Amino acid sequence: MSGRTINLTLRVWRQQGPGAPGRLETYQAENISTDASFLEMLDIVNERLTLEGREPIAFDQDCREGICGMCGAVVNGRPHGPERETTLCQLHMRHFRDGDTLIIEPFRARALPVVKDLAVDRGALDQIIIAGGYISVNTGQAPEANSLPVPRDDAELAMDAAACIGCGACIAACPNASAMLFTGAKISQFALLPQGRPEAARRALSMLARMDKLGFGNCSNHKECEMECPKGISISNIARMNREFLKAALLSREKIPA
Amino acid sequence: MQLDAKIPAGPLEGKWDRQRFELKLVNPANKRKFDLIVVGTGLAGGSASASLAELGYNVKTFCIQDSPRRAHSIAAQGGINAAKNYPNDGDSIWRLFYDTIKGGDFRAREGNVYRLAQVSNWIIDHCVAQGIPFAREYGGLLANRSFGGAQVSRTFYARGQTGQQLLLGAYSSLMRQVAAGRVTMFPRREMLDLVLVDGAARGIVVRNLITGEMERHTAHAVVLATGGYGNVFYLSTNGMASNVTAAYRCYKKGAGFANPCFTQIHPTCIPVHGDYQSKLTLMSESLRNDGRVWVPKKPGDTRRPEDIPEDERDYYLERMYPSFGNLAPRDISSRAAKLVCDQGRGVGPTGRAVYLDFAEAIQRLGKAEIEARYGNLFQMYEKIVAEDPYKTPMMIYPASHYTMGGLWVDYNLMSTIPGLFVLGEANFSDHGANRLGASALMQGLADGYFIIPYTTGGYLAGARLPEVSADHAAFKESEAAARQRIDRLLKVKGQRTVASFHRDLGQIMWEYCGMGRNDEGLAKARKLVADLRAEFWENVRVPGADTDFNQGLENAGRVADFLEFADLMLLDALARRESCGCHFNEAFQTEDHEALRDDENMAHVAVWEYAGEGREPVFHKEPLVFEFVKLATRSYK
Repeated sequence: MSGRTINLTLRVWRQQGPGAPGRLETYQAENISTDASFLEMLDIVNERLTLEGREPIAFDQDCREGICGMCGAVVNGRPHGPERETTLCQLHMRHFRDGDTLIIEPFRARALPVVKDLAVDRGALDQIIIAGGYISVNTGQAPEANSLPVPRDDAELAMDAAACIGCGACIAACPNASAMLFTGAKISQFALLPQGRPEAARRALSMLARMDKLGFGNCSNHKECEMECPKGISISNIARMNREFLKAALLSREKIPA
Repeated sequence: MQLDAKIPAGPLEGKWDRQRFELKLVNPANKRKFDLIVVGTGLAGGSASASLAELGYNVKTFCIQDSPRRAHSIAAQGGINAAKNYPNDGDSIWRLFYDTIKGGDFRAREGNVYRLAQVSNWIIDHCVAQGIPFAREYGGLLANRSFGGAQVSRTFYARGQTGQQLLLGAYSSLMRQVAAGRVTMFPRREMLDLVLVDGAARGIVVRNLITGEMERHTAHAVVLATGGYGNVFYLSTNGMASNVTAAYRCYKKGAGFANPCFTQIHPTCIPVHGDYQSKLTLMSESLRNDGRVWVPKKPGDTRRPEDIPEDERDYYLERMYPSFGNLAPRDISSRAAKLVCDQGRGVGPTGRAVYLDFAEAIQRLGKAEIEARYGNLFQMYEKIVAEDPYKTPMMIYPASHYTMGGLWVDYNLMSTIPGLFVLGEANFSDHGANRLGASALMQGLADGYFIIPYTTGGYLAGARLPEVSADHAAFKESEAAARQRIDRLLKVKGQRTVASFHRDLGQIMWEYCGMGRNDEGLAKARKLVADLRAEFWENVRVPGADTDFNQGLENAGRVADFLEFADLMLLDALARRESCGCHFNEAFQTEDHEALRDDENMAHVAVWEYAGEGREPVFHKEPLVFEFVKLATRSYK
């Protein structure tokens, strides 16, 4: 906590709606405490815009502690800004210098259309989960919890994958706008656990087919998703997903959905 | 208003069994003829939607965020309690029940709390089956840790992200039902009114937050799981979108509101540092397993913590509560922090903070072990505060976190409005005057997975519910009223932003209705809130239009409701002539500043009934009957 303040020039993407043309507009952010978060800095700018009778910048956000996955924008070309393993809400202004210019844009991908300004529609990520990102167990069916031991290392790896917050930064970072890190994380979490094995083949085939259908690109090993992931999800999850997919396509009786 | 809690008679252990037998059933083939609305997709709403759909009902589920996976349950860190007794340390359903009812300072119902403890074990079974990666021992079996208010280890956890993992489990079950066509999902919708037909809840009016359009949705019953109202304090650990609007609109439609003054102030949050600040971040209570809380013995000591020798430190929780020490319950720990800061012994730039020190634990267990246990929390702290908690003690201070009060429900989780069920933090039911750590996740999932599937059936099978269409006059009226309110907000065009009003409201509530309360302050706060509310409607500035994605407008509606609701909290705090749990009226305290209950006159649930615009709400009592536990003075010494 330093009590310092800085002044910044913001160039922010403004777009009225999904079909409308967008443009970068310039705003000054003045006397910003370096202890403020990036979103608090945007709050301050928005308060001023409101009082000046101008429309505030729309941006998605909720928990402001880096776990809900609702916030996210590209700052100077990097999803969630320059700090590693940090969501936009946990990015603090102490990482910027007085006088900096920040270019702030929405996550861009064909499958994630802009809703307004910096807010995008990530419904496609729910669609990928709907295709098989679950274990089919009804309430009431479960056996006693300790009846199925899970090796600690497997549980830990599954937890590493399960830490995904579904923010979409991996897609925004990828030159192919691929959702393979997101999809691979969910497929890996269940593939690593004995509870997930019965449906593993069907899950891998179905989720990947849905991913393609929704207009996401493929992985060509740029690894930018891993670099920008605020939760440090490893691309080894993509490799595991590919193995699961191959095993399922070649060796199981499951068919790739049309 | 009739308050019949409908708790079955007979021994505690058999109540829920008996109720499940006595509740009528809906034939499997008839279930698909019923439409159910679930509002909210946190642990309670998500699990309820999935479980009801699995049974065969048609479920329409609504959430405020862009995806049901983002509800604020996701931010819960530490864990979920269950009475599995895996550590063999003496736990049992009865002990979990007793700890919870004692932790709530004997202001919850025995029947409800016992049921909660009974179903706690099924929750763990179900969550493991869903593929939730709980922490495990090397043998592959589930690990446990300790939490405040308990002397056994009964908390299951997934690193510091237990809420996230449990929520994603409920979300995945919900998505499975969307795939099966049994749930229709409506994201980015905000509930603006509950619609009653012939006195029963038959639907809701929502605003589509992207287009601004009003939508009417009909159903045979409505399940509300919209969380708590902690954001009445402006600064809280809640998500920015967490609000009281849906619950408050139900209150205005006749649902009783219970114990609104029971609001939990969590002891371990990162302290306030600037007036631009938008929220406070929780540091999980699990940290108190290994962290020691202290302040300097001498008031006004400005030395750096490492320069203060051991014998000049006051480990005040260990001193005041030797048997629970740093794991004293939340209300008690929060109040103790306030006490030492009021004595001028607080630390940090504002003097409103205490140390949470890991030096001893790091020495005893090694840095690697501390990192394995709390790594993500330490990282989060360092990001926000820019200090390394492995080297310098954390600074923490209490913050608004959870609300035990909520809409009144009976044993079936039905409100005073037939057909309106309320789950999770939105209801008042199980935590009394103080919630223990790791119990919110347990209650949300108990309500959603294991209680509501039975009790909705009981209601639907016994109720006569004629078909209702969205063109019914009641829907038109509700929509018109919601629209009118939005127009009114946009028309003020004043000089102050919504956030500035919210900030002022928060300051009033924190000052007069926070950790320490007194009659004079509460009365003063009622006046201040009334003035602020009047100014809001004359001087607020809401940008933009209603036919658009307009976050300023969304927020304005929520703050307008908080400004009304705050008065209910203050009234309730004035009416409770005792101190209990989180509610500490300075006039009622023991010699050593502990809460002084009045079991003779105050062992009741306070329930408020809306009486119309500008009129004082009507007060009702549901007496709390204790047949199985002896009311004791809560002691953690």
